[in-house]
Amino acid sequence: MKDYAVDLDHLQFTPLGLARKGFSGRIERIAVGDGPSSLPADEIERRLIELGFVEGAEVRVVHEGLFGRDPIAVRVNGATVALRRREAMAILAF
Amino acid sequence: MNDMIQASAARVALVGVPNCGKTALFNAMTGSRQKVGNYAGVTVERKVGPAETPAGRRIDVVDLPGTYSLRARSPDEEVTRDVTMGRRKGEPAPDLIIAVADATNMRSALRLVLELKRVGRPVVLALNMIDIARWRGIEIDTSVLEKALGLPVVAATAVRKAGMEALWARLDALLEAGLPVPVANSWAEPGARELREMQREADRLVAAVVRQPPKPDTVTSRIDSVLLHPVAGLVFLLLILFVMFQAVFTWAQPLMNLISDGFDWLGHGVTAVLPAGLVQSFLVDGVIAGVGSVIVFLPQILILFLFILLLEDLGYMARAAFLMDKIMGGAGLHGRAFIPLLSSFACAIPGIMAARVIDSKRDRLTTILVAPLMTCSARIPVYTLIISAFIPARTVWGAFNLQGLVMFGLYAAGIASALGVSALAKFMFWRKDPTPPFMLDLPDYKMPRLKSVAIGLMTRARIFLKRAGTTIFSMMVVIWVLASFPMPPANATGPGIAYSFAAMIGRFLEPILAPIGFNWQISVALVPGMAAREVAVAALGTVYAIQGGDAQIGHVLASQWSLATALSLLVWYIFAPQCASTLAVIKRETGGAKWMWLTFGYMFVLAYACSFITYHAAVLLGAG
Repeated sequence: MKDYAVDLDHLQFTPLGLARKGFSGRIERIAVGDGPSSLPADEIERRLIELGFVEGAEVRVVHEGLFGRDPIAVRVNGATVALRRREAMAILAF
Repeated sequence: MNDMIQASAARVALVGVPNCGKTALFNAMTGSRQKVGNYAGVTVERKVGPAETPAGRRIDVVDLPGTYSLRARSPDEEVTRDVTMGRRKGEPAPDLIIAVADATNMRSALRLVLELKRVGRPVVLALNMIDIARWRGIEIDTSVLEKALGLPVVAATAVRKAGMEALWARLDALLEAGLPVPVANSWAEPGARELREMQREADRLVAAVVRQPPKPDTVTSRIDSVLLHPVAGLVFLLLILFVMFQAVFTWAQPLMNLISDGFDWLGHGVTAVLPAGLVQSFLVDGVIAGVGSVIVFLPQILILFLFILLLEDLGYMARAAFLMDKIMGGAGLHGRAFIPLLSSFACAIPGIMAARVIDSKRDRLTTILVAPLMTCSARIPVYTLIISAFIPARTVWGAFNLQGLVMFGLYAAGIASALGVSALAKFMFWRKDPTPPFMLDLPDYKMPRLKSVAIGLMTRARIFLKRAGTTIFSMMVVIWVLASFPMPPANATGPGIAYSFAAMIGRFLEPILAPIGFNWQISVALVPGMAAREVAVAALGTVYAIQGGDAQIGHVLASQWSLATALSLLVWYIFAPQCASTLAVIKRETGGAKWMWLTFGYMFVLAYACSFITYHAAVLLGAG
């Protein structure tokens, strides 16, 4: 997880990308960092919103993959969404 | 007044998020039998079908690929956007949009409805799968939703006739009153802020009109605790694939024997009735031996499809993509590529088209490039013929059929080579590109519907038999002619076929293919195999039948070929440059001939090189 840049002021929240299976909380905000991705940050943010990741939504990490515990499956308001930890870093929950 | 509106049938477009049952609704409205499944991205192109309302009004229903937004992130979503807004050339904008929502999960659907309202066309919201929602104890107040959204809302169950009545009644009432005149399109691509606002509004609506049951449904999460378990889930996935290939071999055998005996009986019957000569040879050696040798594989192909259809309907496909994401990512493939690649086990053509759901261009191209390496069902006849002729049907390690194991090995080799080629492609073309994201909705499990599975199987059987009756039959006629003429001279010593055109062609190609252990009979069979792979089997059947000897093609091969030749041909077909129609689809889907030739070229080189190695290794080990 070293290659993810985490702003210090975000640390009071848990980025879902670091959450373990069983973590459950509420989304504080979506903050897409300048990580290595083929898509602009704004596009990632829109896709996350379209899958239901908006501020205030309840989330729970329900499954983890075998290798590097990646990807993860997240329960968000009644639906289950699979995503990689790298993109999940943008979802800050508490 | 209505006569004017009815002068041309009203166009009704079905728009909704992926996997909300649009195609099921389309089938219910039009009586079509389009493919449905429980995963996002079953439908990748638009389909139009005529329908008649209960009151006798004609409408044209347009089924569209699912999308979360009209932003169009991938080629399939572009289709939806363009048709919905009337931007597609030669196609009028829809007179009415039916926004389809999964009643068990309306959050994203309602956000899409808010977007659709801006397009300016009349919208009706259909809450599909209402039966499942009610069964889970979810209650939806449609009249409040109607007022809040300002558009008609109806509950529907596409898979039951009675479940369609409310929607039909509503449509008839709307058409009777005359559809509202469209207003100007005020849709603009929403930014993150607008999307957020729309999602919040959708969430407020859900909170206001949907009453969730006190105890949520836990069947899916209980099943997933095993099937998505990091270790048990992967073991289960492998187990399913393994059982699938064992079943293809063992379950099909009795039926295959029956079909094979039937064609033998037919051949003997014709031989007994007709005098020996060209007509008898044409019917027995050309038509019956050729076409029969292919039709015999129908049971195996149907068993394979049965497994794939059940997995699709259950909702397992997206789970498989989740489990395989990391493994496939290591090879430079997207997790979503798993579904197109698994479809390619049936046939590479739908697999290549299914790759449209992958939004990243490079991931889509890589998937298309390697999809033909997945063992398609047309290769089953080739594999089965050679395996049953050369591999003993022994039981090994207590429970496994050795033939089934070899079959599994051939499939595994196809998968491994697909991963290898995509890793190489990533290294060569896209080394510096960062990996695109993987986000995928995991649908709730659903009991597969007997009817849709049966329809799926019937469709496949029909396609297969139609191919056997057209492509394969006409190929067989050509091969029989080539193998029968010119007639041998009166003083000929060997079998007549040695003097035929087929032998000339085969001998011409033989020097090229001899280094990998192929004789002239195989060489000539490979040529029509380009039209459809299973024709190679039929061609071998005809060539050896005309040559004379045992009626059972398998026995002939076992007596005429060395094990090394057989293994080499098996390996050839793992990579075999694919059929002409696959190449044509690659050209169409990638928008140019470049990727088509690249695919053809790399597969030919791989096939030749690996067969060469296999043949010579086998000869060295004493199997020559």
